[in-house]
Amino acid sequence: MSKDNQILEEFTSKDYEHGWSVDMEVDEAPLGLNEDIIRWISAKKEEPQWLLDWRLKAFKTWETMSEPEWANVTYPKIDLQSLRYYSAPKKSNKPKSLNEIDPELLQIYERLGISLNEQKKLQGIAVDAVLDSVSVGTTFKDTLSKLGIVFCSFSEAVKEHPELVKKYLGSVVPTTDNYYAALNSAVFSDGSFCYIPSGVRCPMELSTYFRINAANTGQFERTLIVAEEGSYVSYLEGCTAPQRDENQLHAAVVEIYAAKDAEVKYSTVQNWFPGDKNGKGGIYNFVTKRGICAGDNSKISWTQVETGSAVTWKYPSCILKGDNSIGEFYSVAVTNNYQQADTGTKMIHIGKNTKSRIVSKGISAGKSQNSYRGQVQVMKRATNARNFSQCDSLLMGDKCGAHTFPYIDIQNSTAKVEHEATTSKIGEDQIFYCNQRGISTEDAVALIVNGYAKEVLNQLPMEFAVEAQKLLALTLEGSVG
Amino acid sequence: MLSIKNLHASIEGTPILRGINLEVKPGEVHAIMGPNGSGKSTLASVLAGREEYEVTEGEVSFLGKDLLELAPEDRAREGVFLAFQYPVEIPGVSSTNFLRTAVNQVREYRGLDALDAVKFLTIMKEKMKLVEIDQKLLSRSLNEGFSGGEKKRNEIFQMAMLEPKLAILDETDSGLDIDALRVVSNGVNKLKSPDNATIVVTHYQRLLDYIVPDYVHVLYKGRIVKSGTKELALELEEKGYDWIKEEVDAAV
Repeated sequence: MSKDNQILEEFTSKDYEHGWSVDMEVDEAPLGLNEDIIRWISAKKEEPQWLLDWRLKAFKTWETMSEPEWANVTYPKIDLQSLRYYSAPKKSNKPKSLNEIDPELLQIYERLGISLNEQKKLQGIAVDAVLDSVSVGTTFKDTLSKLGIVFCSFSEAVKEHPELVKKYLGSVVPTTDNYYAALNSAVFSDGSFCYIPSGVRCPMELSTYFRINAANTGQFERTLIVAEEGSYVSYLEGCTAPQRDENQLHAAVVEIYAAKDAEVKYSTVQNWFPGDKNGKGGIYNFVTKRGICAGDNSKISWTQVETGSAVTWKYPSCILKGDNSIGEFYSVAVTNNYQQADTGTKMIHIGKNTKSRIVSKGISAGKSQNSYRGQVQVMKRATNARNFSQCDSLLMGDKCGAHTFPYIDIQNSTAKVEHEATTSKIGEDQIFYCNQRGISTEDAVALIVNGYAKEVLNQLPMEFAVEAQKLLALTLEGSVG
Repeated sequence: MLSIKNLHASIEGTPILRGINLEVKPGEVHAIMGPNGSGKSTLASVLAGREEYEVTEGEVSFLGKDLLELAPEDRAREGVFLAFQYPVEIPGVSSTNFLRTAVNQVREYRGLDALDAVKFLTIMKEKMKLVEIDQKLLSRSLNEGFSGGEKKRNEIFQMAMLEPKLAILDETDSGLDIDALRVVSNGVNKLKSPDNATIVVTHYQRLLDYIVPDYVHVLYKGRIVKSGTKELALELEEKGYDWIKEEVDAAV
């Protein structure tokens, strides 16, 4: 074994930093999935009848569907009946203000480096923290509400703004969309809701932080972002989970609605527990994320840094319905050890002069498999649609795989679609060059990988770009082939 | 400073160096010349610690330390610098960022504080003049899309920033036009001091008009078969390598 491979082995055995869990009293649903469980969840959340009906309808649809098998990932069938669909920290019952949040819960988030204390706040970032099935607290609510911005947990939105939730829930990702979206629609327990009124530019980053703590519990959160005419918001999502031997399921749905001239920027730093170095445990991350540029000149931009999860199945997409609307997808997906990622995007061009841009950077190390799957669809009416796709893969070592599955469907002859793809290995030449200048191999890898992912990292809000850089370096420490 | 004794090295089982002996003292400039395939670049790579080459015999000491025991990055931190024949491109990493990482890691090894951005840039501006390099070039991705001349200039600029004790220039003249050759050589000459030494690996005498060597060694079939002063280089220029090959092959 060469020295480089040794370093690779050492580094890949690096422990997951957020692998701890906390024992606490929880209020949980019985195991299993059936109509009664759905009624139980809905009752627990004191939901209106229309929402229960909506859930039950989704459940009926789901029962007729089967698990998708087209993704380039393999994992044992998940026994959905052995999961728990609701788990909430007992003490968190509806804190009226942040001061009432259980200190134990605050501690969990402090340990994750997320402060829910507004005095010690993250610099100008409003946070909604979701633990297992419920939101435990949202910061800066008052500041935001003065501008008419609604930023709260999903459950709260159902109570406080039912008309908005009713109007937009399922409007971008219908309950019938796919197996996991249907499942989520039936059993989702909480999530974040965000509404930016017309003409308002949200003055701070909004952020949701997801954490799975309980064992045997699936996390099914739902995020809904509505940006009215001429508004702007930048939204960030972060995720971690404890280190557990068994696999855990995370099946979220994110819906974004952008009206005329509105712009939504959605960034994700996903660091779910990826499983240990032998591939044991880890999160199954089966997520449906979609935005619609409903109005003319609107823009939705997805940026994701995916470093965690045992299996990832995720395609943040844009429906470009409004004329001149713009969709963007910037992604860095890192897989190591036995991780599998099948991720990419869909850009559906419906309006005239719509533009989309896809920049995907895959990095595979260890024995992992990393696939980009992307679809560019130009509909009949979409005159002068433009797409540019760039899909790069970087391999480390000789036991991993990188795959690219582009789908292009053009129904309008004025469309211009470009696709570029490259595959490269971190070269021994590059490492040696760095070494020869006095740079250690680990730092050389961090330097090269961050250089490779720069175009995507540049899209992240400043504070998170720094975090993401560190995360990349940590995930890939010393990984050379 | 550098003492090479009976150095043998091979790549994938094929011997390339077959017993090199060389002594380099501070302040000296040594030129290593020789026909293609004689092992010149291999010698440079082995000294810098490239892994593909296996040292099968011999020893190399550098400032009293066993050089062969050191990892490539530690050799660099001890003061060995290799100007690459083919400098490597690193997309997305600016030369400035790259060099700052390098300089600070070297400083850390030597027990010095890291340079902050302001100090680093001040030193950088000073050294940029030495090799007449444009700041714009340094904010671009390292060597990506650089012309041959720009790459070599960047190598010498890095050398200026890292202030090595022993600089090894591997075919630095290859791919350079006469103007670039002059600029690069000037840079090397300005960096010369009584405390540091230079090994110039080259196929042609041309470079030695600018960087004047104290000693010239001819490498052939993995051995130094002839050593002399700069006049030897001129003789080689005039007569080629064949007469040396014949001499050596006849002696075997």
